[in-house]
Amino acid sequence: MEQILFIAFGAIAVGGAIMVVTRRHPMSSALFLILTLFAVAALFVLRQAHFLAAIQVIVYAGAVVVLFIFVIMLINVPESRLPLERLTGFRFLGIIVAGLLILETALVARRFVTPGTPTADSGSVEVVGRALFTDYLLAFEITSVLLLAAVIGAIALAKKKI
Amino acid sequence: MMDPSAYLLLSGILFGIGVVGVVVRKNVLIILMSVEIMLNAVNVAFIAVGSHLGDVTGSVFAFMVMTVAAAEAAVGLAILIAIYRLKATIDITELSILKW
Repeated sequence: MEQILFIAFGAIAVGGAIMVVTRRHPMSSALFLILTLFAVAALFVLRQAHFLAAIQVIVYAGAVVVLFIFVIMLINVPESRLPLERLTGFRFLGIIVAGLLILETALVARRFVTPGTPTADSGSVEVVGRALFTDYLLAFEITSVLLLAAVIGAIALAKKKI
Repeated sequence: MMDPSAYLLLSGILFGIGVVGVVVRKNVLIILMSVEIMLNAVNVAFIAVGSHLGDVTGSVFAFMVMTVAAAEAAVGLAILIAIYRLKATIDITELSILKW
């Protein structure tokens, strides 16, 4: 059962990702990005990481992609002024290098034989929350400082006159 | 539960697609979206191995990656708006004012 769902959602994620990088208009890319992110959230559920799946949907699809769409509509580049993309030699080389990268990770992933000790709830809200507020408290607090810096930076950058 | 190697392979494929987007595309918005795909691919690997080992650290790290991704998107898009106001283009090949 898990295998069937994995193949289905994995195919959706990969197909959506391919569509994101091949669409001409950024708006279509953003909508396909939502598809990919939802499929990845489903994969998180398959791996019992329920907390991360919820965060994925709320933060990514609900905030990050909405921010992207907001900016796409705000700057509203007309169709004729979108950059003209041609497949030159260097760009083709980039695709080949990325293919080699995938091949390399495939070779490494095949060798992953560490025996596992899966537990029933390694990703539930309770377990993750307990880890975040005990063992990883410092990292958690520094994360909030990072978010604060990002908020201030974004406001300062988008202002007309600083 | 399934072996994590399939998830690691999927993670590698998603990461490779993200690399293609960053290297090949000229549209800054799509490059930023490709970066999001790459960060998500890393999260897939973290979650797969974390649940395989029954360790919560994978989830915690994926959580941190998500925070960084959100911060990166916010700052990146703010920079994009500022640049668009200045140069009226989102073509990455025309944004070379830092180049000598």
